[in-house]
Amino acid sequence: MTTTDATAVPVRPRRQNPRGDQVFHAAATAAGVAVLLLIVAIAAFLIARAAPAYHRAGWRFLTEREWFPDDPSRAFGILALAFGTIVSAVLALILAVPVALGSALFLTELAPPALGRWVGHLVDLLAAVPSVVYGLWGVYYLVPRLIPVSRFLDRTLGFIPLFDSRNNTYGRSLFAAAVVLAIMVLPIVAAIAREVFRQVPTADREAALALGATRWEAIRLAVLPYSRGGVVGAVMLGLGRALGETIAIALVLAASFKVDIHVLEPGGNTIAANIATKFGESGAHGREALIASGLVLFAITLVVNVVARGVVYRSAIAAEGRP
Amino acid sequence: MSKRIEAEGVTAWFGSHKAIESVSVAIEPKQVTALIGPSGCGKSTFIRTLNRMHEVVPGARMEGKVLLDGEDIYGDGVSATDVRRSIGMVFQRPNPFPTMSIRDNVAAGLKLNGVRGKSAIDDAVERSLRLAGLWDEVSTRLNRPGAGLSGGQQQRLCIARAIAVEPHVLLMDEPCSALDPVSTLTIEDLITDLKDDYTIVIVTHNMQQAARVSDVTAFFNIGGPGEPGRVVEMGATSKIFTKPDDERTEAYITGRFG
Ligand SMILES: Nc1ncnc2c1ncn2[C@@H]1O[C@H](COP(=O)(O)OP(=O)(O)O)[C@@H](O)[C@H]1O
Ligand SMILES: [Mg+2]
Repeated sequence: MTTTDATAVPVRPRRQNPRGDQVFHAAATAAGVAVLLLIVAIAAFLIARAAPAYHRAGWRFLTEREWFPDDPSRAFGILALAFGTIVSAVLALILAVPVALGSALFLTELAPPALGRWVGHLVDLLAAVPSVVYGLWGVYYLVPRLIPVSRFLDRTLGFIPLFDSRNNTYGRSLFAAAVVLAIMVLPIVAAIAREVFRQVPTADREAALALGATRWEAIRLAVLPYSRGGVVGAVMLGLGRALGETIAIALVLAASFKVDIHVLEPGGNTIAANIATKFGESGAHGREALIASGLVLFAITLVVNVVARGVVYRSAIAAEGRP
Repeated sequence: MSKRIEAEGVTAWFGSHKAIESVSVAIEPKQVTALIGPSGCGKSTFIRTLNRMHEVVPGARMEGKVLLDGEDIYGDGVSATDVRRSIGMVFQRPNPFPTMSIRDNVAAGLKLNGVRGKSAIDDAVERSLRLAGLWDEVSTRLNRPGAGLSGGQQQRLCIARAIAVEPHVLLMDEPCSALDPVSTLTIEDLITDLKDDYTIVIVTHNMQQAARVSDVTAFFNIGGPGEPGRVVEMGATSKIFTKPDDERTEAYITGRFG
């Protein structure tokens, strides 16, 4: 190799493009501000429209289980709706997450690559099916077939209130709604988890395998710890969809306002489904009350997200000793 | 503790691409064997057939025999995980488990091997870190993440992790290529120390390194693009670097290609 004089190398001056930079800077700033303004505007609008309802109901908004906002003599409150929303979403996650993570692990870690790709595309496709399809399928196909399952649960585990149906009726229950939600949420969680697992560097996997780890031990040592944050994110997206799901729940549930842990019994309701079914028939007061309930749903998802971020952040600190 | 390896007619494919062909090499215990050769000639592929890591690549397969003290590691009823537990490997890029502490990184293989009990693990962790020359630098922060160390320290951590399970053989695939010169020398000294206890195989791009650390050198080469890599010449390092038999070896070590 011969050495060349550094000055002999032609150095082209870096082309400056202040115009382009300025335009980009302005466009990016404008877009960012617009999004912020939009969020603030939505929140302000909702709060303004919901305020009269909060005012009318007072603290009873938090404890009341009925929903008669247009009726001057009778009360309305969020309790039964929030209960149904949270219970159905949590049940759905309990059913869906293990299956979703298991299938994602199978597709990325164990299945032959070609099979993994094809089934992966199929899962992505399922994630894109509109919820009304799941809802109709739930009502006509799933709900009748869940009755024997519910009866079986009642007979075998009925001593636990959660699995007890006191009048031995089953069907359009929070349980059925949760199963439909689980089936809707499953492909989303599985699709995202699959992407998360695929990001795990080959070097990490091979580090475990080279120590003599089995496939499963390599998953435990390298894949799962690395993916924790992403998996929490996937579950949160699933939870978000379950909390906000409207049409499928409205179709499946036999709506009623109760706070009742006997989820196999028909009845129950969720915030989103209640808004969808009531909005058309509501008067001015009713609409304000529905918007007020929507704000509560917004708050629930916010809290869930903040908590989830906290979990991810803390595990990142634990992992790297810094955020 | 260290064992002899004999590779007999090892041919390995990635899908339909034949990466190496009929590689036969005898690797003696308590010696350092260097694998040198131009990029893409199959050094990594070959070293990974020695601990059955080649087969974890989807679509990869191999033919031939690899005998560890006479026993075929690809024989019927021999499990890949057992083979890998007795033949340790250090990779090109330091790859400590990013979410684990320094102690847990070293202990990972022990736990896989069923070692239980805090004192047994602590002893093995200290012994391995001392052997890897890392103990003095990390003994006060064993609970800190391994990912927080410098590149050279991370690589020594990986060496400690590999030797914690007391393997018979240590395979190193360009262990210094991602490191600065000072860390490189530290690791070379470490290799010389470890030679007393282990059979060591090291792939290196750096010919001075091969000359410095190895007793025996095997030169790999390919005939042309797309062709499989083969061993051109193997012999005592002193001979390979002074008067090789093959002119291609001579051309490579004098820097005329590669
Ligand atoms: N994971 C892989 N998939 C497909 N081909 C590979 C893979 N790894 C290596 N190869 C090919 O095998 C040949 C040998 O590569 P490698 O063993 O990495 O060479 P070296 O380590 O000597 O640079 C090259 O042609 C390379 O492209
Ligand atoms: Mg290589």
